[in-house]
Amino acid sequence: MNRRRVWIGLGLVAIAGAVILLVAGGLRENVVYFLTPTELEAKGAEVYGASLRLGGQVKPESVDWNPDVGRLLFVITDGETELPVESSGAPPAMFSEGMGVVVEGSYREDGVFRSHNVMVKHSNEYRPPEEGEHPKEVYRSLMEEEAGG
Amino acid sequence: MTINDLPRPNPGRAKLLGAATLLLFAAGSAAGLFLVPADALQGEVQRLLYVHVPAAWLAMLSFFVVFVMSVLYLIQRDPKWDLLAVSAAEIGIVFTALALVLGSLWGKPTWGVWWTWDPRLTTTAIMLMIYVGYLVVRSFADDPEKRARWSAIIGIVGFVDVPIVYLSVLWWRTLHQPPSSPRSMAGEFVYVLLLNVAAFTLLYIFLMVRRYRLAIAERHVEELRLTRDDGRIT
Repeated sequence: MNRRRVWIGLGLVAIAGAVILLVAGGLRENVVYFLTPTELEAKGAEVYGASLRLGGQVKPESVDWNPDVGRLLFVITDGETELPVESSGAPPAMFSEGMGVVVEGSYREDGVFRSHNVMVKHSNEYRPPEEGEHPKEVYRSLMEEEAGG
Repeated sequence: MTINDLPRPNPGRAKLLGAATLLLFAAGSAAGLFLVPADALQGEVQRLLYVHVPAAWLAMLSFFVVFVMSVLYLIQRDPKWDLLAVSAAEIGIVFTALALVLGSLWGKPTWGVWWTWDPRLTTTAIMLMIYVGYLVVRSFADDPEKRARWSAIIGIVGFVDVPIVYLSVLWWRTLHQPPSSPRSMAGEFVYVLLLNVAAFTLLYIFLMVRRYRLAIAERHVEELRLTRDDGRIT
């Protein structure tokens, strides 16, 4: 075996390792997929009208869905700050109170987050239904939605 | 080590392995579709877990193999490491694409979107591009040795993204959920998932054996062509 090649190989592995550390280390602090309500409120006027994502939980008993005008109102919370969200269109089937959500839209001067896209964040927990519990077939509502136009 | 030291393709011996793979796949699919109930919250779509997770696992396993084979090639310059690396890269691309498609099908009914640029999905798309690029670079090189050297370097440096894909859901805020574990899943679900991971892993070995044999055959043909044309490109 050629000693020089071993060193070249080890060198490349070391370079790859260093790149991982630098890129990932740098990205770790700078990549933000969504802001929390607390972070958004702190930014305030600075981000009015800017297109961004906001993530948190749907506050229990805050959901108001009006199918006639297709308007969804709810409060998003991170346990510290609460912000009202107004969205147009039906929410995904898994949308429910207490559920994690990520909404896309913009924050306005009136303190309301206007969203054009509500996404539901589900957990990594899976379990069979308990006695008498009927799972909601989330794909069915999707098919009806497609069929209905 | 030259191309003539490589074994000649010997088809047929992988048949037993293929049969075993098929059996385990049938068992895994039956278990995932009929043996266990669907998830309490998501219903039937959650069964996609039993194919989405194994597909993602194979993608990462494949690219790890590409990485190891690339290092071995640069150290020993034995063409067999290069042929094993390209075999693994192709399989990895297929399963990355499969994991993305299955994830998308799962995402629409649960998340509400087919796709979103969250860190897990974005780094996975980058991973797919890196290894498609690996194949593209290979197709540009006319000299087998140069091709092997270039692609080994990409196979090593490109692997950078693979652990990032895995860790993305732990490092950053994402829409994608963190990895499932035996603690986050009902016991019966874990066994069915492990059965399918085993089936996919066996499929990986089977595909590697077949693809490696094909790669050797391709190299023999290429060698004959190079000898005939005396190195001229026709």
